[in-house]
Amino acid sequence: MRERLKLLGSWDVIVLVALVLVAVIGAAAIEGVASPRFWRFVSLEVIPIALIALPMTLVVITGEIDLSVASVLGLTCSFMGQLWLWGVTSLPLLIVLCLLLGMVLGAVNGIFVTWFGLPSLAVTIGTLALYRGLAYVLLGDRAVANYPISWTSGAIKPIHGLTIPWFIIIVAVLAVIFGVVLHATPIGRGLYAIGNNAEAARFAGVSVAKTKFWLFVATGAMSALAGIFWTLRYASARADNGNGQELAVVAAVLLGGVSIFGGRGGLVGVIGAVLLLSTLRNALQLADVPANALTIVTGTLLIASVVGPNVVGMARDAWRRRRPSPHPQLERTPV
Amino acid sequence: MTAVMTERTQTATRVTHRLFLVRELGILLALGLLIGGTAITNPRFLSAQSIKDLLLGSTILAILAIGQAIVIITRNVDLSVGSVLGLTAFATGTLFVGHPKAFIPLVMLAGVALGAACGAVNGALIAGTRVPALVVTLGTLYVFRGIDYFWATGKQINAADMPTAFLHMGNGTVLKVPVLALFAVAVLLVTGYYLRSYRGGRELYAIGSDPVAARLSGIPVGRRVFFAFVTSGALAGLAGVLYAARFGTLDANAGSGQELNVVAAVVVGGVAIFGGSGSVYGAALGAVLLTTIGAALPVLGVSPFWQRAAVGALILAAIGLDRALAVSVARRLLRGRGRNA
Repeated sequence: MRERLKLLGSWDVIVLVALVLVAVIGAAAIEGVASPRFWRFVSLEVIPIALIALPMTLVVITGEIDLSVASVLGLTCSFMGQLWLWGVTSLPLLIVLCLLLGMVLGAVNGIFVTWFGLPSLAVTIGTLALYRGLAYVLLGDRAVANYPISWTSGAIKPIHGLTIPWFIIIVAVLAVIFGVVLHATPIGRGLYAIGNNAEAARFAGVSVAKTKFWLFVATGAMSALAGIFWTLRYASARADNGNGQELAVVAAVLLGGVSIFGGRGGLVGVIGAVLLLSTLRNALQLADVPANALTIVTGTLLIASVVGPNVVGMARDAWRRRRPSPHPQLERTPV
Repeated sequence: MTAVMTERTQTATRVTHRLFLVRELGILLALGLLIGGTAITNPRFLSAQSIKDLLLGSTILAILAIGQAIVIITRNVDLSVGSVLGLTAFATGTLFVGHPKAFIPLVMLAGVALGAACGAVNGALIAGTRVPALVVTLGTLYVFRGIDYFWATGKQINAADMPTAFLHMGNGTVLKVPVLALFAVAVLLVTGYYLRSYRGGRELYAIGSDPVAARLSGIPVGRRVFFAFVTSGALAGLAGVLYAARFGTLDANAGSGQELNVVAAVVVGGVAIFGGSGSVYGAALGAVLLTTIGAALPVLGVSPFWQRAAVGALILAAIGLDRALAVSVARRLLRGRGRNA
């Protein structure tokens, strides 16, 4: 439906314009939005969501979904805490082990979806419960909070001369990598092909199962990375870290213009949407809107982003039908 | 030709019917084994009090699962049920605070009507603008919860604010069966009968099996889907009212995060996530099974931390089993076709 908005410019442009508008109007109208501190908080909030939204975009483009991401994040946090308790005190080793765990968890999702041919929505609701459960089994209701300060403040140290944390550079590099893969390689074209018609993609030589499997592995690894950042940022490894974030990520991906049926959307829109939601939420918070009521904004934006183009499209169809078409045979579309 | 067709259809009906039976008996068996095993370990698990707690605990999830099953059967999903529950629970409490002498059934009806109105918003957006249900109800999950927060921030409703008769209903029993569970049973019987024996109910399955074919064969797809969402909303509203009656203390977080538990219960109960098969009985059994796991683990001496992991494993096992059954049914149907041809 969204291609009908082409006349207005692509969805990516709309999201980015909205982002700029929110930033400019916010800076003019709300005290504090223009301050560097504000952008520090926005970027700290954006980092874990963006890390997960990158692979999630690719997953949704292939017509699948991964609802277990926040639980992978939580289990990674638990694992990181438990490793620390077991005496693993080397940060690089912790990071490698956590990323490996994330890949294994993603691979489990991938196996269920590709080998057994089960719907990813159901599988990842299952692993959502399973992984979060294992996080509790591993760490219980304890919190591991005695990481060295050099680690915890190191993760959120600002870029020299700015207030924005340096970790955002890692996110940016990963975003470029994912963007290039999706938009400039045969792999990326394959992902769209799978989302539009998996059967046709297979006949065109795309190895559908293998691609999907590795996408789930990548999603696991990125969720684990988000978990590592989460633990260090809050200086606390807990089993309930990131609880419920899966729907926030999915909301950002959909608002970014990715079709839930797959085959359509791109990374620019998604990154724009992640930034837009965070900026809007933080700006309104400064304007004394009660924090929790802000979910109304998230929800309304999400609904408007899909309902709007559909209604415009339906109205245009109705309008076209009223006028006789110069090429009637071209207008006849199969049901 | 006709005879062959009929015979083939009959085989198909028989096979699919058996599938349903296998599936629901399977959950029942799992439930029986779980309860039996736990009771052997600790006979107190079957005490009247413990059974009452189990039924009370299952009621709200079961009612939500029944509504969700109706929606999922049409190849849609309703993620907003947890938020609708929260909103109606708080609305019920607020009504009682404002009108302490109000006629209780009337207040309950108001709660159900509010839930139905939320469902109508979902249904209108989905059926009217042909937008995927997952996106719309994810949006309304946030919107309804946000309204709830807006309304409830800084306020708390306590049991003391509510009429004693209402709270008594929340914890009372009739012939040792909790009153709340009777609501769930009534809802189950009515929806189960409707889905099985009414044209409108059968059409929901047709829509879920193949929406395009359903539309072409003259089924009012939009209207049916709309009413499926209104029903799910109304049942979430009822669940909210019962939540208020059971717990008495209400804040803006009631039912938060319930949506995925509900979908899990439905999936465990054998309703296919892409619609067209399953039953509300299965969904309700799924809800009871999930609740029972939570209650049985501590009795079995397993750390309660294992509960969510066990639920997750159960979901995976259930969809794996469904897949295996579907494959075997398809194979049997193919064999039948080969014989007739």
